[in-house]
Formats: sequence, structure tokens, C-alpha cells
Amino acid sequence: MEKYSFAKILYHALRGHKRWQPAWRSPEPKKSYDVVVIGGGGHGLATAYFLAKKHGVTNVAVLERGWIGGGNSGRNTQVTRSNYFYPESAAFFEHSLKLYESMSRDLNINVMFSQRGVLNLAHSDHDMEMLSRWTNAIQLNGIDSEILTPQQIKEMEPVIDINARFPVAGGFIQRRGGISRHDAVNWGYARAADALGVDIIQNCTVTGFNISNGMVTGVRTSLGDISAGKVHITVAGHTSVLAKMAGFGLPLTSMALQAMVSEPIKPALNLVTVSGAIHMYASQSDRGEIILGAGADVYNSYAQRGSYDNIESCVAAFLTLYPGFSRLKLMRQWAGVVDISPDTSPIMGRTPVQNLYINCGWGTGGYKAIPASGDTMAYTIVNDRPHTLISPFSLERFESGALVDESAAAGVAH
Amino acid sequence: MFRIPCPFCGERDEHEFVFGGQAHIARPEPAGQVSDREWAEYLFFRDNPKGVHLERWQHRHGCRQWFNIARHTVSHEILAVYRLDEAIPDMNREETV
Repeated sequence: MEKYSFAKILYHALRGHKRWQPAWRSPEPKKSYDVVVIGGGGHGLATAYFLAKKHGVTNVAVLERGWIGGGNSGRNTQVTRSNYFYPESAAFFEHSLKLYESMSRDLNINVMFSQRGVLNLAHSDHDMEMLSRWTNAIQLNGIDSEILTPQQIKEMEPVIDINARFPVAGGFIQRRGGISRHDAVNWGYARAADALGVDIIQNCTVTGFNISNGMVTGVRTSLGDISAGKVHITVAGHTSVLAKMAGFGLPLTSMALQAMVSEPIKPALNLVTVSGAIHMYASQSDRGEIILGAGADVYNSYAQRGSYDNIESCVAAFLTLYPGFSRLKLMRQWAGVVDISPDTSPIMGRTPVQNLYINCGWGTGGYKAIPASGDTMAYTIVNDRPHTLISPFSLERFESGALVDESAAAGVAH
Repeated sequence: MFRIPCPFCGERDEHEFVFGGQAHIARPEPAGQVSDREWAEYLFFRDNPKGVHLERWQHRHGCRQWFNIARHTVSHEILAVYRLDEAIPDMNREETV
């Protein structure tokens, strides 16, 4: 792997940037692997990376039916935070946030993780009471969180209108939360995994599983059969489709979730701002675009497109708080297919088929979980036993009733 | 975004309707003999097909009636609209990958 550094940029700049090596190989698939990871998004790549890095399992293939970073890993709004209510979620997402903090060094790629703070707004006294309860829970979980008055919010984010149609009654901030560059996270894990010997195979669709006596022995793909010691499904919105091929059902509903960016402008927004009550979240990327997230279209959909009324309500909510941006043009708008679980918590671990593992149910908030998900799933696959951080998120919880009901998982109501 | 032909009011914008989830889910009986697994299936597990989905909708901002539709979850094409007490109409419901 070519190490990235300032000296390297200088070296290549003097040669017209014509000698950069591809960040990862494009190998032909082998006949057999120890572990096959289906899905080349952030979660799948991170799992392959941690399998190789922490557990020395390097005979691994990542099968991606499109291209790296073309699915939800390149369609999210880049927010990372660990301000969760329940201890199970808080422990997991705090582990993830810490891995984000060291990611640029660990992967030798600048993921531009900017801990600018994630601010949640309240618009009434009742909202404020709920946020206080939430803040207290976060603090009890040992995670930073602070209540702010409307005046403090105005000082931190001068362009916000605190006397809007739904006036800002206060809020809370997790200062360690922030945004990073999602492409760099995907490419970073792909490059680091490849350097450790993982085969990343793009344009390879899985069409079925080879299962004998309740144990998976390989996958059928558009590039032929590949036998595997263990198989991991980490494909977000398409998890139900693959689970059905393997012969089991899941408590998931796939829906289209939209996001959009404005034309780029000079730095104006300091924070990531979330309002559950008027349903919007916004931040500004390092390229200057205002990133807006909308709600999901609340019906089953595998179409990577959403409805116009959702875009309208998202923009309208944003402009009530930031009327100064009303002349901005939207530059791009897109949707990703997200798999939503009944308690809006992920489903991770073993499946009814032996040696077949799943990592799904991330719904509207999977980006922030990428590193911890890779770390804990790699452990789970190697040991055939759930990592302690993810044991509360097993598929069995829907039978036992021990749900982790994080309806706050995305910070907005769905 | 699509239009839904309400069986009572005619074709209207999706806006006017509310999605009611998967249709034809029968409550397991008798309650005392239903296993945890069967309750989980009934409460949480869903078909979630990439293809034709049989689902309930309510014309909330219209006649407020509930009915079933068969809709393709990629193209959003509506293949059938039928009453809650009607049987599933004949159609090709093959799924894609």
C-alpha cells in the first residue's frame, strides 16, 4: 500500500499526478475463501478490515454488486454521534465514535472527521423536558452532553432564527459529535483491507446460497460459485432479499430515505443541527454544500428515489430555522434504500443458518456505526459468538421481547 | 411518488393516503397455545419483497376507507386494488434480486 503523506502529494504533484497507484486491486474471485462478506459498503469493508487486522483472517472476499461507495455508504448525511438513550446503544455508538476519532491515523487517509458538535433543538417546554431527560441519560452513560439556552444557541450558530414559527426553546449538544467525509471512510477501509490481502470484488451479484444440513458452504454469484467457510450478509436495504434466499425471514421493512445538498457557499453553519419536532437536520460540508436530510417515505420501497413532497417538507422545515438560505439552489437530491427494524435498533449476529451472519436493521442511522460494526462483527464471525457490545442486538430479541427501543436512533421521528 | 386509485373515490395523489403495512396478517389463535416464535412472526416479521407487495392503505384525507393494493416496490406500479375481505387477485408475483 502506498502510504499517503504530504511528502507523497508533493512527489506526485511534481510528476503531474500521473503515477498514483490504484487504492485497491480488482482481482478475479478465487474458488474458495475462509470468509465471504456480501456487501461492499462501509460496514462490509470495515468487517473485512477488522477480520484481517485484528484476527489475522486474510483469506476474505468482499462481494459488491455495484461499486464501492455507490450504495448507502455514499448516500448518507455523514453524521457521527453517540447521544443515545439506552445503555446498550450508548456503549456501542460510543465505541464507534472513538474509532472515528482515530480513524484518519489508523487507516492513513484523511476522513476529515470534524467534531463540530451535534445540536438537538427543542421548540416547547415539553420538548425541553424530554431533552433534559435524554441529556441526563446520556450523561449517566458517561458521554458528554450539555443543555443550552436559546441565547447560547444563537451565539454558537448566529444564522439560526430562534424566534421562528416554532421558536427555539433550548437544546442540547454533544460536542464530540460531528461529520466526516463518507467517501474517504469507504475508500480508507477498502484500501486498508486490500493491503492486508482482502479481495474486493465489484460488479458481483449474489444470486443464492449453497446450504447443506443447515450450514452455509458457499454463495452463488453472477461470477460463478464461491465456496466459503463463513458468510456474512451486510447489505442494508436488500437484507430481506438475501435472507429469503437463505431460507429465513427478518423483521425488516425497506424504505427510501432522501437527502440533498445545496450549491456550495462560504462557511456559514458551525454545527450539525437536528430538530425532531419540525423534522429536519442540517450541516455544512467542507466543500461548502448545505447537507439536508429528509424523512423516509413511509411505505415499502426498493427504489432509490423518494417523493417530492418529502423534499418540500424538509426544505420548508430547514428554512423556518434558517430563512437566510431561502435563495439557495438545491444542487443534488438522492435516496437510499434503508432497512428499518421494529425497534429502530440494528440486528447483528448469528442467523438460523449455521456459519451465516447478518448485520442489518440500521435504518436511517448506519453511517456512524461503521467502525464499531466492523470491529464487533469480525469478532462475532471469528468466534461464532456475539461480541458483548452487540449481544443485546441479536435476532432472538424479537422472540424474547427484550427490544432496545431507540425511536430516537436518527434523532428525528420516523 | 405515485397515484392510488381509491376504490371509492377514484385516482388520487399518494399524499391523501396513509400506508398501513403488509396485508393479510392473521392473528394466531388460540392465544394460550401460541409460541413466542409465532408471536414474533405475527408482531414483527414481514415479507418485505423486492417485487409485488400486498399492502393496506387508508384514504385518510378522502373517504377514510381502508383497502388493499398490490404494488411493485421498485416501479411503484399498482397491479391490483381490492377490498379488505376479498381474496388475493391472481397475478405474477415473482421477485427480483
